Amino acid sequence: MDITQPMPRTETMLLNLGPQHPSTHGVLRVLLELDGELIVSADPDIGYLHRGIEKLCEYRTLHKCMPLMNRLDYLAGEQNNFGFCLAVEKLLGVEVPKRAQYIRVMIAEFTRIASHLFWLGTHGHDLGAMTPLFYAFREREKIMDLCEMVSGARMFPLYFRIGGLAADLPEGFMRAAGDFVKSFPRRWKDYDTLLTQNEIWKERTVGVGVMNAEEALDWGWSGPMARGSGVDWDLRRDNPYSSYEEFDFEVPLGKNGDTYDRYLVRMQEMLQANRIVEQALKKIEETEPGDIKAKDPKVSLPPKDKVYTDIAALINHFLIIQDGIRPPQGEVYQCIEAPKGEMGFYLVSDGGPQAFRLKIRGPSFVVLAATDKLCRGRLLSDLIAVIGTMDIVLADVDR
Amino acid sequence: MNAAVEMLQTKFADEVVEVVEFRGETQITVKPGRIKDICLALRDDPETSFKYLSAIAGMDYLPQSPRFGVVYHLYSHKKKNRVALKTLLKDDVAPAIDSVVSVWSTANWHEREAYDLLGIRFKGHPDLRRILMPANWVGHPLRKDYPLKGM
Repeated sequence: MDITQPMPRTETMLLNLGPQHPSTHGVLRVLLELDGELIVSADPDIGYLHRGIEKLCEYRTLHKCMPLMNRLDYLAGEQNNFGFCLAVEKLLGVEVPKRAQYIRVMIAEFTRIASHLFWLGTHGHDLGAMTPLFYAFREREKIMDLCEMVSGARMFPLYFRIGGLAADLPEGFMRAAGDFVKSFPRRWKDYDTLLTQNEIWKERTVGVGVMNAEEALDWGWSGPMARGSGVDWDLRRDNPYSSYEEFDFEVPLGKNGDTYDRYLVRMQEMLQANRIVEQALKKIEETEPGDIKAKDPKVSLPPKDKVYTDIAALINHFLIIQDGIRPPQGEVYQCIEAPKGEMGFYLVSDGGPQAFRLKIRGPSFVVLAATDKLCRGRLLSDLIAVIGTMDIVLADVDR
Repeated sequence: MNAAVEMLQTKFADEVVEVVEFRGETQITVKPGRIKDICLALRDDPETSFKYLSAIAGMDYLPQSPRFGVVYHLYSHKKKNRVALKTLLKDDVAPAIDSVVSVWSTANWHEREAYDLLGIRFKGHPDLRRILMPANWVGHPLRKDYPLKGM
């Protein structure tokens, strides 16, 4: 090198990743400051999918909020309704029959598997492993079919109702669900074989996006993100809701808090979810068919066939739909262990049929805030791994 | 009884305004002035150990006065319990409160959201920008006097 010449001038470069970029999993823009291929700073710009769901909920009765809840974390639609229903039921002080509780647990765990499968497929795809996507979607498709059986819709089943469920399980459902449960561990091995010991996969994920347990709590992480860092915390076990205390399952933990450990945690969680579904199916069979709604006529919708034939039921139906449920004045915070972490609903009621305020605490929003911390000083390609491992859904981030 | 109530009533006796128990949940209303000290104490006291902030909810209680409020939802992994910390802000026109980002890093985006949607200022926040709405947006959509449509 000629030392009489000045060094070439270097400067950092600003780069937009997104908002239309396949690996951002929706409309997310990350404003990157790059030094060559190294990330100097990463600033996620969100809000492209902000629909004002919290505002809308202040203007409609509680039942009419439920289609909106489905569209928060749309990969696990029914989980959001689960949390919302529990919050409203807590505020009302209603007890849901056991059968409905078990069915809710079963649907929720099916949704967890579906959500994790979607994460597995797309995360693998982002990092260059094309094949797992096809295998993962094969099983996800079956879960979508099961959702279709119970309600007619796939992504947004809208099967839960305040006080219970929309309807009992259809004929043939138990057998179809049982078949899935039996075959799933074998299918799971397919993904495991493709990735867990894969050298390239490890190269891309081990030591990427590291967060230790203490930092994870400081950053408000929950669910598999926190467990990947070794935080032994699962709301289903530690603050059980909807009879989760009756189920036997393990809480898988990671050690290093990197992308690879979070991968292992989510993989194990799918198997555990499958175990819970298996137990739930047994418990459902022990309960009385048709006992799926709380007994309070001011809360639960009357059965549909009664609405067409019985005047009292018709009036009741109209009252609940048009006038709405009127919970007592008060405020509750209810959270559930959604596939992506703690999904919380802070519901404030002034005694009217609408929520005075509904604050939704989405897990994706919280996790995404740590992007800069995870990526600073790393390669640009690591950002893709980090966004993948966060398992974010932008609809949940932006609400 | 939640350990947080006892702790706050001994250490911050002048700050606690009200304690509400509803549906098995504890909500403590405190004065806004020393919110950061209270949060630090709740986090670091071994009896409470609220190391985890679930969410911060900005509130608009129009037509009541004080109009604005902030609710902190805390969780303790040690005790496996929750507490909601509520505070009402004195100023109805330009509400402001100390930021707790130095207590929990996760407060950063929650406070930005409360600022964006409700116009509550968090003093000492490292980066108080709008987060969900566009940077040049006028008004704060979650306020009760902001129309649902027709802007």
